Amino acid sequence: MKLRKTAAVAVAVLALTATACGGKEGSAGDKPATKPGDAAAPQLPTYTVASGVDLDSPTFKKAKERGKLIIGSKADQPYLGFEDQATKKRSGFDVEIAKMIAAELGFSEDKIEWKTVDSKLRETAISTGQVDYYVGTYTINDKRKEQVGFAGPYYLAGADLLVRKDETGITGPESVKGKKVCSITGSTPLQEIKKPEYGAQTIELGKYSDCVQQLLTKQVDAVTTDDAILKGYAAANSGKLKVTGKPFTKEPYGIGMNKDDKALRGKVSDILDKFEKDGTYKKIYEATLGLSGSAYTEPPALERY
Amino acid sequence: MNVLLDHFPEFRDGFIGTVEITAISSVIALVLGIVVAGFRVSPVPPLRFFGTAWVTLLRNTPLTLLFLIFFFVVPEILFPGMSPFLLGSLALGFYTSSFVCEAVRSGIGTVPLGQAEAARSLGLTFSQTLRLIVLPQATRTVLPPLSSIFIALTKNSAIAGAFSVTELFGWQTLMSEQGYAIAPIFLWVAVAYLVVTFAISGLFRVLERNMEVAR
Repeated sequence: MKLRKTAAVAVAVLALTATACGGKEGSAGDKPATKPGDAAAPQLPTYTVASGVDLDSPTFKKAKERGKLIIGSKADQPYLGFEDQATKKRSGFDVEIAKMIAAELGFSEDKIEWKTVDSKLRETAISTGQVDYYVGTYTINDKRKEQVGFAGPYYLAGADLLVRKDETGITGPESVKGKKVCSITGSTPLQEIKKPEYGAQTIELGKYSDCVQQLLTKQVDAVTTDDAILKGYAAANSGKLKVTGKPFTKEPYGIGMNKDDKALRGKVSDILDKFEKDGTYKKIYEATLGLSGSAYTEPPALERY
Repeated sequence: MNVLLDHFPEFRDGFIGTVEITAISSVIALVLGIVVAGFRVSPVPPLRFFGTAWVTLLRNTPLTLLFLIFFFVVPEILFPGMSPFLLGSLALGFYTSSFVCEAVRSGIGTVPLGQAEAARSLGLTFSQTLRLIVLPQATRTVLPPLSSIFIALTKNSAIAGAFSVTELFGWQTLMSEQGYAIAPIFLWVAVAYLVVTFAISGLFRVLERNMEVAR
């Protein structure tokens, strides 16, 4: 009799987990509740397409001949670089930045071909010319500068922690000792938070959405990665999650492009500069990552080299 | 070369991780596989049914799905707090056990029926027949397919990297993340896997030589 009870419980739990996995309730892959552009959300700016742009850049000339701009991006980061699998529409902060630059280079939205590029193939895709430029949580560092050129930084991210809304125990990296923290296999913030001074227990999974799922079902206590990505998930699961807002690394995001194309690099930096000054940049933030409840911060100073 | 020298400790940890999970899952797979093969050729119908179900289920489930079940579902129901390494080894071991079982069963099939009949007429029980007469003769036939199965297991262990097990795949993602060129990273990972798989095929070659059965 007792055995039968246990079996029944086991079956029930199984059924529950199964529904939890397939359920609608806040699964990270869901469509965000307020999509950028909804009436309830702050409105995205529109970009005027420049005409008669001329630039002494091989990448630009090739795109002109093609009549299309090929932009590399991410597809699985809500509010940052996200592709709706049903409509194939892209949305998010990085996507908007990419569109803004494209308009200024004379390419309207229908002249953009998006290409989803996996993190580990970014350098290859850029240096072999498969994409004209790449916008997608791409941290500028010296190692990468050996292979690609960066315009920017256009956003200063930093590794942070995503926790449940009602979490009081974790307020920042100094309070994760012995707590379970999840991130992607081999990610840098995870290596950081493992260090003895923080002393977190780490869980490494294949996708951020798996980690967020684990967080929602209370199997882990926090998720760590760049705050921009976390803000996106916080926005997508509005009211359930929050970002602690105490970054413990510095990740300046840049726009990756051909290493030797100095003209394009300069031009893109000019474009970023112009739109950061006229408030368009801020509008983009408010209508995307700002929906997570994290306040707007001034963009970092551009590095021209 | 740089990528290896700059991050040798992480590479070493990854390599050790791959070797460990491969070794432990291999043992699990071998033991379970032989036991289940015994079930499948036994004269007891419920055992036969169990063996068939075991193989059918595990062999036809995609390995990633099996890892998902072991990592997300099993701790919910039984043994909460089991280490990811152990869960991963179990998933990989169970999965591979179904292949081992089939290889062993086909090996048993190569032993002439007369052998088992002779053993039975001497009064040996089923398990004695299997242990003393049939399996020793079946082993030799089974070695080549087993060696392929364990080499496949080594490579399959990469999936464990996405489930919180430290191994080579994790090192590869870590290095890509830091911006090293992709080709050398994969080259070193491939070399490391080759070391493991060559060791396995070498071991099996030695076994084959030592287990020559006069036929």
